[in-house]
Amino acid sequence: MTAPLLIARDLRRTFASGGRRVAALDGVSLEIAPGETLGLVGASGCGKSTLARVLTRLVAPEAGSVHFMGADWLKLSGSRLRAARRHMQMVFQEPLAAFNPRATVAGVLADALRIHAVVPKAERGAEIARLVDRVGLPAALAGRSIRNISGGQRQRVAIARAIAVRPRLVILDEAVSALDVSVRGRILDLLVDLQRETGVSYLFVSHDLAVVRAVSHRIAVMDAGRIVEEGPAAEVIAAPSTAVLGRLIDAVPRLKGKPQA
Amino acid sequence: MSVLRRLLSSPTGAVGVALLAVIAVAALSAPWIAPGDPLRIAGPALLPPFTDPALPLGTDRLGRDVLAGLLHGARTSLIVGIAAAAAAIIVGSLVGTIAGFAGRLVDEALMRVVDAFQIVPGFLLALAFVSVAGGSLSTVILAIALSAWAQPARLVRAEVLSIRERDYVAAARVLGMHPVEIALKEILPNALPPVLALAAVIVAAAILTEAALSFLGLGDPNVVTWGSMISEGRNVLRAAPFLSVIPGIGLVATVLGVYLVSEAASEALGRGGRP
Repeated sequence: MTAPLLIARDLRRTFASGGRRVAALDGVSLEIAPGETLGLVGASGCGKSTLARVLTRLVAPEAGSVHFMGADWLKLSGSRLRAARRHMQMVFQEPLAAFNPRATVAGVLADALRIHAVVPKAERGAEIARLVDRVGLPAALAGRSIRNISGGQRQRVAIARAIAVRPRLVILDEAVSALDVSVRGRILDLLVDLQRETGVSYLFVSHDLAVVRAVSHRIAVMDAGRIVEEGPAAEVIAAPSTAVLGRLIDAVPRLKGKPQA
Repeated sequence: MSVLRRLLSSPTGAVGVALLAVIAVAALSAPWIAPGDPLRIAGPALLPPFTDPALPLGTDRLGRDVLAGLLHGARTSLIVGIAAAAAAIIVGSLVGTIAGFAGRLVDEALMRVVDAFQIVPGFLLALAFVSVAGGSLSTVILAIALSAWAQPARLVRAEVLSIRERDYVAAARVLGMHPVEIALKEILPNALPPVLALAAVIVAAAILTEAALSFLGLGDPNVVTWGSMISEGRNVLRAAPFLSVIPGIGLVATVLGVYLVSEAASEALGRGGRP
C-alpha cells in the first residue's frame, strides 16, 4: 500500500451559536489513499461541510494537523498555498451558487487553466473544448452563460473546472444532492470514469448513504463532530456498529428489507 | 440590454430619459446655436424674453444673451455632475471593496475615515474646500466628489461583505485565484448594480451642489453656470424675474430627469437585472 495522499489528525473547530460554542469538528482524523474514494456520511449539521471547508483551507481549524502530498498543508500561505491548491479541488453542493453569475462556461475553465498555467496559452482553447467534451457536454455550450444552462450541466461544468487543473484530490461536498435522480446517476458514472482514467482521489461528502455506497471504497460516518465509524464500504453497511449508521441505513428504503440481486 | 428596454418601457423612465436627452442635446449643440463666449455682451441690458428674435430669451443686466447662458450652463452642470459622480463612485467603490474584503484592521481604519467624511455635511465640506483651493471647474468637481464618495463606499462595503461569503468566491479561492483578482473580478462587478442606482442620485446632488456654490459666488468665474445666472438675476428679481426663473427651470428639469431615470433604473435592476 502506498503512502496516504492526505492525513488529517485531530481536527477541531467550534462556532459561536447563540452565545454558546458548538463543536463542529471535535477531533476528526482521517486518511485518503491515492486513487481512493472516501465516502463521508452523516446527518445534517454533523460537521461534514465544515470538515470539507477545513481541508480546502476555506475555514481555519483551531487545532489539529493536515498533511497533504507529504507537506504540512496548514502551514502553507500566500503564493505557495495558491500554487499548491491546484492539487486539491472542490465541487460545491449548489451548482448555481458556485459560479460567478456573470461567468460563461469557457470563461470559468479558462480561469482555471490560466491560474495554474496547465497548458500553454495557445492550446487553452483546445483544452477547454476537450474538457467540455470529457464531462459529456455539447461543444456549443462553451460559449453560453452559466445562468443559461441546466443544473445538471452546471454541475458538469463544476466537475470540469475541478479536473481542469489535474488535481490529486477532489472534495465533493454534497455534489449531487441538488440534482434530480436521473441526472445524479450519470454524474456519479462520470466521476467513477474520471477516477479510473486519472487516478484522482475523492472525498465524497453526502447525507445520502445510497449515493455514497455507490461510489466509495471506504466509508466514514460522522456524528456531532466526530467520526464514529469507518471501514470498507460493504463491511460498514453490512454490519453497522453504531446507532447513527443504523438510522442512516434505515433512511435508505432500497437497502432495507428488499432482497438485493 | 433588456434592462435598458425595461427602463424605457416604464413611464417614469421614458420621461426621465426624454428630459435628459433634451438637456444633453442642448448642451452638445451650445457652440452651434449660441457660438462664441456666452459671457460677452450681446445686446441691450435687461431685454425681456420673446421680444428680439436674435435674443429669444432676452438679456441680463449686462446685456448678455440668456439663451447662450442657458445652453452653456447645461454643459457645465452635466460635466460637473457626471465627473464628480464618476470620481465619487470610483473612489468609493475601491475603498468599499478593500474595506469589505481586506478584513478587520483595514476595514476599521477605512470606515472611520468614511465616518469622518459623512459626519461633516457634504455641502459644508465642498464649500470649505473650494474657498481654500479656489474656484476653478476642476476644484469644484473635486470638492463635490470629496463630499459624496463616502456613501457609495458604505454601500459597496455592505455588498462585498455579503458577496464574499458566497460559494463562487470560495470556489475562486479553492482554485488558487489571487485575492486582488477575486476582489476585482468576482466580487466588485456583482456589488455594482445597487451602486449604479445610487450614481444617479449623486449626479443630481452634484448638479445642485455646483449650482449652490456658484450662487454663493464660489464657482469658476470664467464659466457660465446656472447657479451663477440665478445669483446674478437675484439682484433684479422684481424687475426681471425671468433672469432667475429660466436657469432655475433648467436646473429643476435636469435634476428631475436624473431622479426619474434613477428611480426607473433601480426598479428595472431590481426586477430581473440580477439572478
